[in-house]
Amino acid sequence: MKTILLIEDEPSFQKAVCQFLEKEGFQTKSALNGQIGLALAKKFKPDLILLDLILPQKDGFEVLKEIKEDEATKDIPVIILTNLEGGADVEKALSLGATTYLVKANYELEEVVKKIKDLL
Amino acid sequence: MPHKKILEQLNFVKQCRKYHLSLWQCPSFLIVLIGLITISAMLGTWLIATKYNNQPEIVALIVIGVTTILTIISYFIIQGFEKLAEANQLKSEFVNIVSHQLRTPLTSIKWTINLMIKMEGLTEEQLEKLKTIKKSNQRMTDLVNDLLNVSRIEQGELGLRPEKVSLKEVIQDLIKDYLPLAKASNISLSLEIKNDIPLISIDSHGIKVVIQNLIDNAVRYIKNQGQVKIALKRKRNVIRCEVQDNGVGIPLKDHGKIFKKFFRSRNIMKYQTEGTGLGLFISKTVIEASGGKIDFKSQEGKGTTFWFEIPIKQ
Repeated sequence: MKTILLIEDEPSFQKAVCQFLEKEGFQTKSALNGQIGLALAKKFKPDLILLDLILPQKDGFEVLKEIKEDEATKDIPVIILTNLEGGADVEKALSLGATTYLVKANYELEEVVKKIKDLL
Repeated sequence: MPHKKILEQLNFVKQCRKYHLSLWQCPSFLIVLIGLITISAMLGTWLIATKYNNQPEIVALIVIGVTTILTIISYFIIQGFEKLAEANQLKSEFVNIVSHQLRTPLTSIKWTINLMIKMEGLTEEQLEKLKTIKKSNQRMTDLVNDLLNVSRIEQGELGLRPEKVSLKEVIQDLIKDYLPLAKASNISLSLEIKNDIPLISIDSHGIKVVIQNLIDNAVRYIKNQGQVKIALKRKRNVIRCEVQDNGVGIPLKDHGKIFKKFFRSRNIMKYQTEGTGLGLFISKTVIEASGGKIDFKSQEGKGTTFWFEIPIKQ
């Protein structure tokens, strides 16, 4: 069973996404902030990481940078799942090594899961 | 009338009021003031220099005095620019806050409702109510998205990312989304594909917004029953998409304003109060930023055909 790590500070989102992913046959781990997210990424080596950009303390860009700099986690594909949407943010995230950038408001959960399945 | 425009440019009071700046903070006024002071100072220096040509210290003193005044005014000019830059920065931050803070709860509601709608054992009535919430939620998300798009257009950062897109698939998906609404209003929705349509390089979300706007307008502005025909064809090195309806049409006097921001035609307000008047403005910006063209032909009472063309890049 594939494991997906969700790093997202909004509990309602976290619940909705995890429930949906579990229904679709994935195992999920979730973190409410970047620090915990990074620790979980190292510990569980998930098959994919869903990452929000606006997070308390350490923002998503920093988390992404650390994931990609760490030997243990750098090959895990990261999908940015956020509502932050500016040309510069997208460029920055992709240049830091994110695989895809999805704006939450523009996607249904089914479409997000389809993107995940395409990647795995 | 170019001279009228030049005169308008010279009306500083109006210019500065536009940015809510006082005269002393307004760069365009201060720069002209510097110009005037420099010219009169030069004339004055020349006059005095001819009179006191054996006392160069007086001339030097005047030059120093004038330069000091100019420096002070320049300082104010920089302050004025800083204020404008700050206002611009605040606007960008505001857009970011709105985009994140307002869309986050809206999306979380959307996704949660979708989960609820799929739950087993819901009664007809519960399902109906959930669908109403879902619809309102979608309307609000669309509105926030429209406002954000306009704000981004104004800041010149639409952030389009071209990728290979199948227009056929985009249209087919949208038709699927609109079928229930069309069916409920007795409108038939059809897609005709003339020839082989290659993938085009365009921002996938942007083009979806454009086609959605066109289909949405077509379906909404048919009074009773009718048909919306979408046609997709290749014309030499462009792909042309047409959305034709037999709805209320656009009055001739509104033809020039249809792509303007916040514009809504009077006759459609009679039939439909929903809408922001932003859809076509955004659509035109997206199509033109992608190197394409968009236009329409319409006759009041008979119907409207909107079309756009996107170049096929090899």
